[in-house]
Amino acid sequence: MQQIMTMDRSLCLDNSMRMEFDARSENEGLARMAVAAFMTPLDPTVGELSDVKTAVSEAVTNAILHGYENCEGLVVLQCGLHGDVLCVEIIDEGVGIADIEQAMQPMFTSKPELNRSGMGFSFMEAFMDDVEVYSQPGLGTTVRMFKKCGTTPWVEAGE
Amino acid sequence: MVRRMELQDFQVIDQCLCVKLPEEIDHHHAEWICETTDRQIMQQKVTNVVFDFESTKFMDSSGVGMLIGRYRRISCFGGKVYCIHVDRQIKRMLYLSGVYRIIEIMD
Repeated sequence: MQQIMTMDRSLCLDNSMRMEFDARSENEGLARMAVAAFMTPLDPTVGELSDVKTAVSEAVTNAILHGYENCEGLVVLQCGLHGDVLCVEIIDEGVGIADIEQAMQPMFTSKPELNRSGMGFSFMEAFMDDVEVYSQPGLGTTVRMFKKCGTTPWVEAGE
Repeated sequence: MVRRMELQDFQVIDQCLCVKLPEEIDHHHAEWICETTDRQIMQQKVTNVVFDFESTKFMDSSGVGMLIGRYRRISCFGGKVYCIHVDRQIKRMLYLSGVYRIIEIMD
């Protein structure tokens, strides 16, 4: 499990960053601001910056709310830059996901009573170029996301 | 310094509850907004809820959850949820999640 959970060093990253914070909802802002600051060398557009911030926010919220079920724990955030590609990993050692495919369905939520929309993974997939989820019940979850920055054209909101 | 949301951000005008949303809506902020909005809906007997996104620069799926939850509550009484001053990024999320079908987005 640990093997999957660490970023592939053979990728020869130009820059990398790792931070650890308590699984508390007030740290969601910290996580997305940290990634936004880390990716500035890529010279992202305002849209790309928002996309990444939203995706990071979703993954961190999942880790806190579902991974650790709002109890104590540590969330690890790892970022890497490789050319014009940003890689972000959000790792928790919480309850894990038994059925990843079901969890990634739009509108699926295991906690409908909590005002959740069930759109977390859908937003991650919509706003990032690639999303990988590794999870084992009882061991935790790693969400790895990639985004190529600086070249993606702005996508209009569909009417 | 990010301005905190206060009760002044909830105003009742003509049986409409107007909620001035904060700069960032994530799971951390959304919980408080949901609770306070629900309490105001019950106490003030409003028919519609208007969410004002004018100062909002960031939102994630918690904001969508917030809108769906308020829609469920207010639609029982025949009311509607309106969103005003929605920027492009947030509008994209409202369309992507399909929530635009149950709420009114006003420009």
